[in-house]
Amino acid sequence: MEHIRTLETRDLAGSVTTGGCGECQTAVA
Amino acid sequence: MIHSYQLNGYNIVLDVYSGSVHAVDDLAYDVINLYETCSREEIVSRMLAKYRDRPEVTAEEIGAVLESVEDLKARGKLFAPDKYEDLAFDFKNKNTVVKALCLHVAHTCNLTCEYCFASQGKYQGERALMRYEVGKQALDFLIANSGSRRNLEVDFFGGEPLMNWDVVKRLVAYGREQEKVHNKRFRFTLTTNGMLIDDDVIDFANREMHNVVLSLDGRKEVHDRLRRTAGDKGSYDIIVPKFQKLVEARGGKGYYVRGTFTHNNVDFTEDILHMADLGFTELSMEPVVCAPGEPYALTEEDKPKLYEQYERLAVEMIRRRREGRPITFYHYMIDLKGGPCVYKRITGCGSGTEYLAVTPWGELYPCHQFVGDPKYSMGDVWQGVTNTALRDEFKLCNAYARPDCRDCWARLYCSGGCAANAYHATGSIRGVYSYGCDLFRKRMECAIMMEVANAGIEPAHEA
Repeated sequence: MEHIRTLETRDLAGSVTTGGCGECQTAVA
Repeated sequence: MIHSYQLNGYNIVLDVYSGSVHAVDDLAYDVINLYETCSREEIVSRMLAKYRDRPEVTAEEIGAVLESVEDLKARGKLFAPDKYEDLAFDFKNKNTVVKALCLHVAHTCNLTCEYCFASQGKYQGERALMRYEVGKQALDFLIANSGSRRNLEVDFFGGEPLMNWDVVKRLVAYGREQEKVHNKRFRFTLTTNGMLIDDDVIDFANREMHNVVLSLDGRKEVHDRLRRTAGDKGSYDIIVPKFQKLVEARGGKGYYVRGTFTHNNVDFTEDILHMADLGFTELSMEPVVCAPGEPYALTEEDKPKLYEQYERLAVEMIRRRREGRPITFYHYMIDLKGGPCVYKRITGCGSGTEYLAVTPWGELYPCHQFVGDPKYSMGDVWQGVTNTALRDEFKLCNAYARPDCRDCWARLYCSGGCAANAYHATGSIRGVYSYGCDLFRKRMECAIMMEVANAGIEPAHEA
């Protein structure tokens, strides 16, 4: 029986090393 | 930290620091909420007592849920630790680049909207139009201070920018020349009340503007109540056909029809759906921010009604999507798979650092909402940022800098909220505008619930 369904989401902790390029747009989430 | 809530029949658990979203059944919902405060034995006994009428809930089944929880925790998707605080306070040491400008090409307006934060476009000062030479210098300042950033944004703002349209067009042409020289890419955007839209504006905006924001408050009687011409007439009948023509000619390029709701229309979902009835699909609606004494100010008594409206909108949007006629609501555009990295989530809009506003006279401010307040003058487009102490203050103005945000589950979605709203509500850019926080949290709950529903997951129980 499946009690928990986990959606696919970005690895936020992983973005500490992959993120930070600063190129995204500056009416965040 | 987790945030668990029930909405539209779903039990949802957000793991704050990993960003993971879990849709769970009632048993798992209860187990997760007890997990950090109760022993395994206590959880089993409490669940057996609570679900004694459900034969499928056995000690073994509860044990299986606990194992799932422990597995998710081991994989960093539940009860993940906060690893970001040190990052937040390292920002002061980083070099500052500027990558976005709000160009106030007109400190004047052809409407007299009662709730306008910019005092009908004048920003508590003189009426003025930006000269081309000032705008050109602003673009040069942006390029010179953008470092290695390639993507640069310039929003033509006011007042009403179409009242200085020739300068806008000349500045876009200059920007296009310069982007080739400097290997930059300008995203130009335009925010307009629509009164002066004509075929020339439509043709140029649809060719050159990455996004166009069109101000409409919704139903005619709502819009015309506060958005009136200098001759004290409503503007709805003038602008709606122009907006429809512009959007139809836009061919799928970005736009937003954006409104402001007030105490006069707490049933604002009706206004959003009215926009959809007019043929617009990219929509936004913002709560008015103003002094509490204004007759149109939102009140504490309004809040439950606003929550209900946000929930109603979310359910309606799920329904329309399933029927193949989706609408977009700006504040529900959460992107769980490809959203911003943690650096962006901590720092937010970049006001006062990488995003600045430029007055018609070339003066620099942290953003459009600080313009006209001499305490927040930062320099000008010729000398650059000379008030570096103020810039440093904004560098540290992030999701971790505000004591009020410390225990908030939503702080990596709002990045600590709007500095200008905080300043106007509390006198400090490190305060919080708590009314706005409450509405923001409700919007995030709705947006995440919609992601769960749109993933095809069945509700845990009837809504």
